Amino acid sequence: MIVYILCFTLFLVGIYGALTKRDLIKIILSLGIMGYAVNLMIILFAYKEGGSFAILVKDGINSNMVDPLPQALILTSIVIELGITAMLVALSIRLFQKYKTFDITKIRRLSG
Amino acid sequence: MILPFLIIIPLLAAFLITLISGEKDNWAIVLSVLAEMSLLTLALFSFFTTGYDTFVYEMSGWKIPLTICLVQDALSGFMLVIVNLIALTSLMFSISYIRQYSSPWKYYALFMLLITGMNGVIATGDIFNLFVFMEIALFAAYALVAFGAKAEEYEAAFKYAVMGSISSTLILLGIGILYASTSTLTMAHIAAELQTKDPQVTYWVAAVFLVGFGLKSAVMPFHAWLPDAHSSAPAPISSMLSGVLIKALGIYAIIRIFFNIFGAPPVFLMIFMVLGSISIIVASYLALGQWDLKRLLAYSSISQIGFILLGLGIGTKLAILGAVFHILNHAIFKSLLFYNAGSVEMALGTRDLRKMGNLRGALPVTTSTSMIASLSVAGLPPFNGFFSKLIIIIAAVQSQHIIYAIIAVIGSLLTLAYFMKVQRYGFHGETVINEIKKPVSLGMKSAMIILAVLCVVVSILIIPGIREITLDPVVSVIISKTGYIQAVIGR
Repeated sequence: MIVYILCFTLFLVGIYGALTKRDLIKIILSLGIMGYAVNLMIILFAYKEGGSFAILVKDGINSNMVDPLPQALILTSIVIELGITAMLVALSIRLFQKYKTFDITKIRRLSG
Repeated sequence: MILPFLIIIPLLAAFLITLISGEKDNWAIVLSVLAEMSLLTLALFSFFTTGYDTFVYEMSGWKIPLTICLVQDALSGFMLVIVNLIALTSLMFSISYIRQYSSPWKYYALFMLLITGMNGVIATGDIFNLFVFMEIALFAAYALVAFGAKAEEYEAAFKYAVMGSISSTLILLGIGILYASTSTLTMAHIAAELQTKDPQVTYWVAAVFLVGFGLKSAVMPFHAWLPDAHSSAPAPISSMLSGVLIKALGIYAIIRIFFNIFGAPPVFLMIFMVLGSISIIVASYLALGQWDLKRLLAYSSISQIGFILLGLGIGTKLAILGAVFHILNHAIFKSLLFYNAGSVEMALGTRDLRKMGNLRGALPVTTSTSMIASLSVAGLPPFNGFFSKLIIIIAAVQSQHIIYAIIAVIGSLLTLAYFMKVQRYGFHGETVINEIKKPVSLGMKSAMIILAVLCVVVSILIIPGIREITLDPVVSVIISKTGYIQAVIGR
């Protein structure tokens, strides 16, 4: 149980950072933390105490293996997160070129 | 089975465009228009042949719990038609509009990727696959919002990307909890498993999904990114985002998940009604104060999404008919209004209503189509917006929700007020403008005329004989709630 709570705390740390930080790079890092927390939680859902790799064994079925499907899901989700993070970093570089700052309170030409 | 082609064709087109395009965008245009025309044909074909049936395509020969499946029923056919119809007109509008930016072929590749994502979200029957296609569509949308490469556009794209990532992470969390409690990812199986579980699970997951998909569809407390992103994007992309993206990723996903998987728990219908009415009133009020034409239209999108959500929340057969019809109508007239804003911006170099004037002489097509679209969105007969709003209001009265009916009427009047403002200052103002910087090209004009004609023609869908073969199957998919399980598994 304690691991789930820690995992959820990590998620809250990420969401706190994404909502309150003023620096573009810190916002991107907070989004990363949030993503990792969710990935970790999905892996934990599939974890089994003392479970083995999900590989076929010679004689019949390996009854004590962890669920491999969430691991495949997480690989996909990590790749997606990589793409989104690259996009965010590219956008923040462009924003720095245009506004000469990473401070989000100074980047506000849009309002209303 | 034609569903896989609705995903393969745009993906292949995006790939080929990046391969064969040089500095010129001629091949990119030919390829993307060809792809989009074939997609619209396939979507229309699939919608009219499906009727009340459900077809399931199982990928790569595996059987259903082990594979990703694509589900074709009336609801997905209907959404596919809307997406590809708006996408085709958007491409026609883009051809000359997008040449004002550098390397336009990249635009077409990203556009095709956007279509891939939306078609995928609509076609899929697997909840993790829905997440993946949603991310493909959003990734293309972030890049397209920033396509103009001006400071404001980067700012809007960054804001959009941050909000989009937060909502996607929440949706992934919800999918994880669903998998932990049901051990399957096929939507129909999840729905069947959830019926045997503690309803607490449904409520927790539904709360997470409500925030996630609420952010995607920009209902009122989650709307902050929409006015920036939708007003900064190039005009054809604004029309795609406002017209179909928030519906494909937001409203469609909400219908599938809350109605077909969770079986529409009454407490969430109540929440939809409250959120919908807040969106209608507050967004209309905010739109009234805007002088930037595209920002006004973006706020108007939030309030029209409120009407759709209110209709879904009332939950009677008539109300859902109104909501479904309003999805189609809003896609048509909001895209048309964004094309009008785009052609005015291209011709005059401004979208501030105070700097516009009497455009009847300079831009006759834009002015007259914008009049049709404004009357349509404000809900005046005989245009399509009138019928869908009328149905929603009648349904609210019939089901004893008098307060919500009054809110919908007030929202409708506010809509009329801010579109009067658009017409009064923007298109029929005092200063007569005769000089324009750039003429509006044939492709842009024809895109606007097609949608203006559709604004009137689509009204016939409400005539009983035609409604029975078009809108009624869609309503029956939504109203049958977890009948989706039987339709997908029990074949």
